[in-house]
Amino acid sequence: MKDNRTAAVTKQMFKRLSFRPPAEMIAGESVPMWRDVLRRLVSNKLAMAGVVFLVLLAVMAIIGPIISPHDYFTNNLDRTNEPPSSEYWFGTDSLGRDLFSRIWMGARISLIVGLAAAVIDLVVGVIYGGIMGFVGGRTDEVMNKASEILYSIPYLLVVILLLVVLEPSMWTIILALSVTGWINMSWIVRGQILQLKNQEYVLAARSLGASGSRILFKHLIPNTLGPIIVTLTLTVPSAIFSEAFLSFLGLGVQSPAASWGTMINDALASWTLYPWQMLFPALLISLTMLAFNVFGDGLRDAFDPKLKK
Amino acid sequence: MVRYWGGKVVSVIVSLFVLATATFFLMKAIPGDPFTQEKAVPPEIKAKLMAFYGLDKPVWQQYLIYLKKLLHFDLGMSMKSQYQTVSGIIADSFGYSFRLGIFAIVVSVVVGVALGILAAMYHRKLIDSVAMVLAVLGVSVPNFVLASFMQYVLGVKLGWFNVAGLGGPLDYVLPVIALSALPIAYIARLTRSTMLEVLSAEYIKTARAKGLKKRAIIFKHALRNGILPVVTYAGPMTANIVTGSVVVEQIFGIPGLGQYFIASVSNRDYTLIMGITLFYAVILMIARLLTDIAYGLVDPRIGLRSRKGASG
Repeated sequence: MKDNRTAAVTKQMFKRLSFRPPAEMIAGESVPMWRDVLRRLVSNKLAMAGVVFLVLLAVMAIIGPIISPHDYFTNNLDRTNEPPSSEYWFGTDSLGRDLFSRIWMGARISLIVGLAAAVIDLVVGVIYGGIMGFVGGRTDEVMNKASEILYSIPYLLVVILLLVVLEPSMWTIILALSVTGWINMSWIVRGQILQLKNQEYVLAARSLGASGSRILFKHLIPNTLGPIIVTLTLTVPSAIFSEAFLSFLGLGVQSPAASWGTMINDALASWTLYPWQMLFPALLISLTMLAFNVFGDGLRDAFDPKLKK
Repeated sequence: MVRYWGGKVVSVIVSLFVLATATFFLMKAIPGDPFTQEKAVPPEIKAKLMAFYGLDKPVWQQYLIYLKKLLHFDLGMSMKSQYQTVSGIIADSFGYSFRLGIFAIVVSVVVGVALGILAAMYHRKLIDSVAMVLAVLGVSVPNFVLASFMQYVLGVKLGWFNVAGLGGPLDYVLPVIALSALPIAYIARLTRSTMLEVLSAEYIKTARAKGLKKRAIIFKHALRNGILPVVTYAGPMTANIVTGSVVVEQIFGIPGLGQYFIASVSNRDYTLIMGITLFYAVILMIARLLTDIAYGLVDPRIGLRSRKGASG
């Protein structure tokens, strides 16, 4: 028996380790952080539903206007205010334009505005807020004052000025939103860092000789990731909202270009008569913002399992 | 203390000066003048109008006159609404916006913090889910969609509320809901997420181990830290409600400041644009100042002392 067993376990079954781990190093397989985050994100059904919706929206934003038999800008005054039919899938508006094409052109504008604004806010806001909170003193005061002055200009005014001086378009709106959009992010990062930088682990890092930028980028900013993500979660839909809001007021994307805000404003006067003109853009903008919100929630939980619902 | 607040006031004045300057020159950069109309104004009349409003002088002189008047709190005459001063228009219209805004802020903070605390206390229970569904809907449905929807369903179809105007107290309900839906959602989420973080902190465990009641733990220990991000949000919230009021006033036909602001811009009413901009700026700076005070009160670690030392 004993001989058999030793015969079954051969030397070839073992691989020689290049080093011997110390006994106290008992740990699971080391997983890169992003893979861990992704695993937790995928297991969140609501967040995944949001992702699926957003992917579908992006696909439709790309192919929607192509597969429609009608373009989004041609007036057809014989066929105004038609309900959805096999020819006009979402009906037509008061100028006889195809709502199906216009809805997906609106989706293009919303997605581009939302993503561009989020990237700009994230980069500028985190760097600016991080420096404000971390360096403190005079620097904080001057930078905070500068952001305060910029912020005290109502963003509507910034947008309007830019829209008058430049050509009113989607890019002007992105530019205008970026001028003031990052400030909120920077203040939240600043507030968090002010709170964190007096804590013991920062003192520990400092007494170990870590440089300022290392403490800021390796210790403080990763620890503010939760609030940054919560804020960013609200940045994409709020940029989408701002674009629709400005277009709703008649200050944003101009006809014949299609924005959900313009479409809702057009439909407002007569939506007791032609509810579908209001329904499709209102539903889609709400659903898009909802999808970004649940996705952002999921992302936050995935980054910070402490906060998991 | 005196030095700290003195410094604050000086910095507010400096920002207002910078802002006034920036607004003035940006206004000058806009093509067109306030007397551009569909019907061409005869050149002599136009020249007289330009002279009356001082627009014929070189820009730097206009700027100095504008600053001098500003020092006397004189915002000038509206260029479009004849015989009306800018401060008169602001005084007439701001009352509506102010009442709406104050109600919206109070409702937002009270309902938002309450929802956030409830959600954190009954974590993963029904109340939590309901509060979070409300919060997600609040940030997802745009205020102009919500406002027109409520106006149609509750005003037109059910007839519970007036469709437009601000006569009685009931008329405030729909605009205030439309204005506060987003801040409520934002505050509820912020409160919940920080409260959950705080509730898992060591000192809360200690408090629990001492046998303190749940209520005492939440209100005496957790809330002071949990409310910090909400305090940071006070500035942006004011801005949110100010800009929100523009669209809400338009939908519900309320003659507030927001309506005048949009109108002044499309009319190129320079003096009114500058007046309303500076006025908005003062409001937002007061909100920021209050945020700073509140910040120090709820979190003594960011006290006046360290700031005073830094700015001394």
